Parts: sequence; C-alpha cells; structure tokens
Amino acid sequence: MSQAFLVQGNEACALGALAAGVRFFAGYPITPSTEIAEILSKELPKVGGKFIQMEDEIASIGAVCGASLGGYKAITATSGPGFSLKQELIGYATLAEIPLVVVNVQRGGPSTGQPTSPSQADVMQARWGSHGDKGVIALSPSSVQETYALTIDAVNLAERYRTPVIFLLDEVVGHMREKLIIPKTPPKIIDRRKPNPGELPYTPGPNGVPPLPAFGEGYRFHVTGLIHDETGFPTGNPEVTDKTIRRLHSKLEDNIKDILRYSEYQTDDAEFLIISYGCSARSAEKAVKLGRAQGIKLGLLRLISIWPFPTELIMSKTKNVHKVFVAEMNYGQVTAEVIKAIGREKTEGILRVDSQLITPDEILSTVTKGVY
Amino acid sequence: MNEIIKKYFRNNKLPHIWCPGCGNGIVLGALARAVDKLGLDQNKTAVISGIGCSSRSTGYLDFDTIHTAHGRALTFATGLKLARPELNVIVITGDGDCTAIGGNHFIHAARRNIDITTVIFNNNIYGMTGGQYSPLTPTKGKSTTSPYGHIEKPFDIPELAIAAGATYVARGTTYHTMELSKLIANAIEHKGFSVVEALSSCPISFGRQNKLGNAPSMMKLLKEKAISIKAAEKLPPEKLAGKYLIGELFRKQLPEYTEEYQKIINNLTEGGQMQ
Ligand SMILES: Cc1ncc(C[n+]2csc(CCOP(=O)(O)OP(=O)(O)O)c2C)c(N)n1
Repeated sequence: MSQAFLVQGNEACALGALAAGVRFFAGYPITPSTEIAEILSKELPKVGGKFIQMEDEIASIGAVCGASLGGYKAITATSGPGFSLKQELIGYATLAEIPLVVVNVQRGGPSTGQPTSPSQADVMQARWGSHGDKGVIALSPSSVQETYALTIDAVNLAERYRTPVIFLLDEVVGHMREKLIIPKTPPKIIDRRKPNPGELPYTPGPNGVPPLPAFGEGYRFHVTGLIHDETGFPTGNPEVTDKTIRRLHSKLEDNIKDILRYSEYQTDDAEFLIISYGCSARSAEKAVKLGRAQGIKLGLLRLISIWPFPTELIMSKTKNVHKVFVAEMNYGQVTAEVIKAIGREKTEGILRVDSQLITPDEILSTVTKGVY
Repeated sequence: MNEIIKKYFRNNKLPHIWCPGCGNGIVLGALARAVDKLGLDQNKTAVISGIGCSSRSTGYLDFDTIHTAHGRALTFATGLKLARPELNVIVITGDGDCTAIGGNHFIHAARRNIDITTVIFNNNIYGMTGGQYSPLTPTKGKSTTSPYGHIEKPFDIPELAIAAGATYVARGTTYHTMELSKLIANAIEHKGFSVVEALSSCPISFGRQNKLGNAPSMMKLLKEKAISIKAAEKLPPEKLAGKYLIGELFRKQLPEYTEEYQKIINNLTEGGQMQ
C-alpha cells in the first residue's frame, strides 16, 4: 500500500532525497530551509547515512563534493545568503563534474532581505551565479507531492549528467502542508556511470557525460577546478578549453528532451497563456479557472524545469496565442527569457517583489486588461 | 628516493612547476616517504589540496587526488572522510590557503577532531600570486602588498591548531627533512585531526623581497632559527626569543569524529549497515 502523510514541502524534499538514495547531507541552518537539515540529521543515520552541520555554506557544499567523490549521493540545502556563498563551489562542481543537488528554498533578497517571506528571485542566480560560462539544471516544484518526486528527479539528473542540480523551492512550497502520497513501488533510481576498463574519468560518453569512479576503488584519478583534458589533468590548451566549455553546455542542451519537465492546463484552445512556476503557478492555475468561468480562453504552461531554458517549447506553445503573461515573484527573470524567445510585443510580466504571493485575482485582472 | 618517486608520483606529470630553490618538493618528498614508511595502501589514500604553489602537489601524487578551490581543501576532506572513514585522508595546503581564506575551515576541522592529516607548507608568503603578505608573513616583513613593512602579527600555527582542538600538532622544516618525514608519519598514524607545519622557503617571492639571500642561505636560516622542543625545555626563555620550536609539540587521544558518528549509526541500525 502507498502511504499518505500531511507534510511540509521541506519535509517532502528530505523524504524524496532519502528515497532517491541520498546518504550524505552537509548544510548550515538558514530560514526557510532549515527543516530539511533537521529532518535529515534525524533520518540519515537510521539508514547508515551521514549528516554534518558545517561551519558555513561554502564548507557544506565542499563536504558534499568530497562525499560525492567518495561515491555517495549527496545534497545540501540553503536559502538566499547561503546560496550566494555556495556559488564558488557550484562552479567547481560544474567544471569538475561532481554530481550533487543544491536545494535553495528561495526567500526575499538581496542580502538578508525578507528572511521569512517567499520569493522567486534566485532563478537567474541559479543560472549565472558563479563565474564563467556553464550549463546548469534547475528544477522548481509547485506542490508538496511534486517536491517529493522532483527531488528524486533532481538526484537522478545530477547522477546521469554528472553535474550540480539546483532545486528551486520557495518559502511557500517549502513551508506549506499538503497531502503527500508515497507510492509503494520504489522510485526509479539512476546511478552515475562507472568507467569501463581503460576509460578515462573525463572522457565524455555517448551522451557527452564522462564516467565517474569513486575514491578508494583503485582508479587513482585527479579532480581539479582548472580546465583539464580527458585525463583529468590541467592544460592551457585553447582547443581543449573550447571543447570543455562547449561540452558543459551541450551535455545538457543536447539532452533537453530528457531534462525538460512541464505541465499544461487548459492550453488546447487557449488564446491567452500564462507561464509560471513554483508557488506562483498555483495562483496562475486558479486564475485560469476563474478566467474560463468568465469565458476567457486562458491556459497555463507551468515550467517544472527552468534551466536549460525551454525556449523551443515556449515558442511552439505560444504560436497560436494572442498574448503571454509570465507570473513570477521577482523583477522579471523568466519574463526576460520569454521575451528573448518570442519577443516583447506578445509578452507581459505579472511581477511581485513585495514579498507577498501573487493572487489569482491579480493575475486575472492583468489578463483581462490584455484581453479587452 | 628514486623508488619513492617511481611509486608515489605520477611520473608523466613531472617535472613540477616550482621555482629553483623552492621548498615544496622537499616537503612533498618527506610526505611520500612517510606514506611509504607506513605502508599505506595507495588505493585507499586520498590527498586533497587547495590553491597555491604548494597545493599543486596533488597533481604529481599517484593517489586519488583533489585540487579543490582556494582554502577549501579541508571541507572536501571532511566530506570524504565522513563518507568513507576507511580511507586515509591527507590535506596539503599553503600558509595562506590554510589560515587566511581557509582559516575558518581549519579551526572547525580541528575542533571536530576528524581523522585528517593536514600538512601546511609554510613559506610565509602567497607564492602563487607573486609575493603578497599572508597570515604567516612576519611583522616588518616586505611583500608586494606590504612595501613599507608588514604591520600585522603572524599566527603561530601550532598554537592556533592546539587551541582549536587538533590532537596531534608538530612542526618541522625543510632543513630537517628526515625528522619532517617522521613527524608526518606520526601525524598520519595518529587517530584524530593532526597538523604538521612544514617551515619552508620561497627564495623568489619571499627571500628576494626580504634580502634573505639564495636558497641555501634561507635553508641555513631555517636551521639556525629552529630549536627542538626537547632542547628548548632545558633553555631559559630569553634563549628562545626569535626561535621556532620544532618536533612533536602536542599529542592527546580524544574521541574521533567519524567513530563517534558511527556509534550513532550503530545504535540506530543493526550492525551499522547502510540501507
Ligand atoms: C577565491 C580566490 N581568491 C584568490 C585566489 C588567488 N590565489 C591563488 S593562490 C593564492 C595564495 C596562495 O598562497 P599560499 O596558500 O600561501 O600558497 P603558496 O602559493 O605560497 O604555496 C591566492 C591569493 C584564488 N585562486 N581564489
């Protein structure tokens, strides 16, 4: 039998991590993410896993990198100020291709900002937060149930693509309580690919992803944050540099079909489309219901994966609509990407930066203005 | 030594990048000999470094190795050791890497008494970036960022490590290479957080600016300024002014972090098996 629980999004995230096979967590307390650390400090040792509270967020992701190289599935969780501190080693893990998940339960920024209020203003930091060109995977759930399943996906994607995955929760989804049904059948688990005999730890496989042995298995390989060749050792060679940087993008972009996650609501005949994600998508769905009741042909495209950005999906889903509204709790971060994809004329942001959730009425009244 | 180079170094990565007269190779040789003396399994030993000239060592060593980010070696090492306590985990770090940008990680790793050996290559300067002052640059010392003489007081690394909770602390020099190797071996054997400060010299970026002469004369300075802890015990304090104590400075047996964590797991599970 499957089991039903009434839990917070943060709790669902912790449970999802355990179900995904995560056996290592390192973190530093910060609202509104702390419950994830608290739950895992209790649960991990029960399954032989390890928890450690480090001295700061840099140390936490450093420990997660070390554990991951030791062969463990490892995650960390934080919020705004801590996410900023983690950027250094998110970049490291991207170049050194270390699988791990960084959960960011978004709160209002900049700086200490609005510590107990929701926000979606770290979407661009997830993409561009650390220096240098790189690809990234970022996922953002809208419900407690989805948080559970998507945490498992996040861990699986990190393993499959040997990359950090950014899990963008927000204070609303992280802290609200909803029913969580944990299916009886165990989830599909993906493990990192180990090298075949003679295969080098940085030779890309057919999907652009190199294999990764664990420390202690006799491979005696080298891991560095310097640009390196297929042997894993640093090189100043411009061609190798070019190939490496391009592959860090292409290994994700070329596999976008596998990474892309979204849902649609009432889009078949929609003349007006809302694009949203995370907590704001909940209000957007309600706005669609209210709009349909008034006879407006309104639909919702809900992004579940945000990076790599689903540009082609958005181009195709908006082809036949008159206008696109992007509802998000920031100054227009996804809105700007949508404008990049389909142009300014058709796109309008419904944006809130006052730390308050966007309401369905607010979305509908903006839509209505655009309709009539 | 030849056999040691063959066995423990990635010979196709040599020659190294270090300047003539640099002490890094001497410390690294002492480390390799310590590993050899203890007979550590090369496949079960990980060496982790930060960023700096000294931290480039990991590229030359034939173990599982990580060249992390500046100051962060101990964070990776802590995660790896906690995940895989059966591995020997050794950290190589510079004086700046360890006590400036990595200072917070250093004191907390010491406080936890996690079974990691940290070998600090102390050349009193930021070598890799070309000679700026580090937390180990002496007062009045010249560097490219203290052109009028340094006004800060340096750390005493062993005192810092002991105060923070390290349970094995030693200091050696690149002049006293055999002893340095022995100290590193003892540190690796010690269960708990162990620190070996290796006083070294950087003739190019520190020596030149401070008119300390060439590599041999800097080596001579190391010899003259060092005094073994045993000899120091018999000397009055005024004879110790300006001297560095070398040898095993502190040792204590206290509960080790990963063992304590394993006890929690064992209490909660049957036989401590991972599920
Ligand atoms: C975050 C960051 N800041 C600064 C640097 C530049 N940097 C590289 S090595 C170094 C200092 C190294 O000095 P030390 O740790 O004493 O090692 P040494 O080179 O002397 O062996 C600095 C400041 C960097 N790589 N990363």
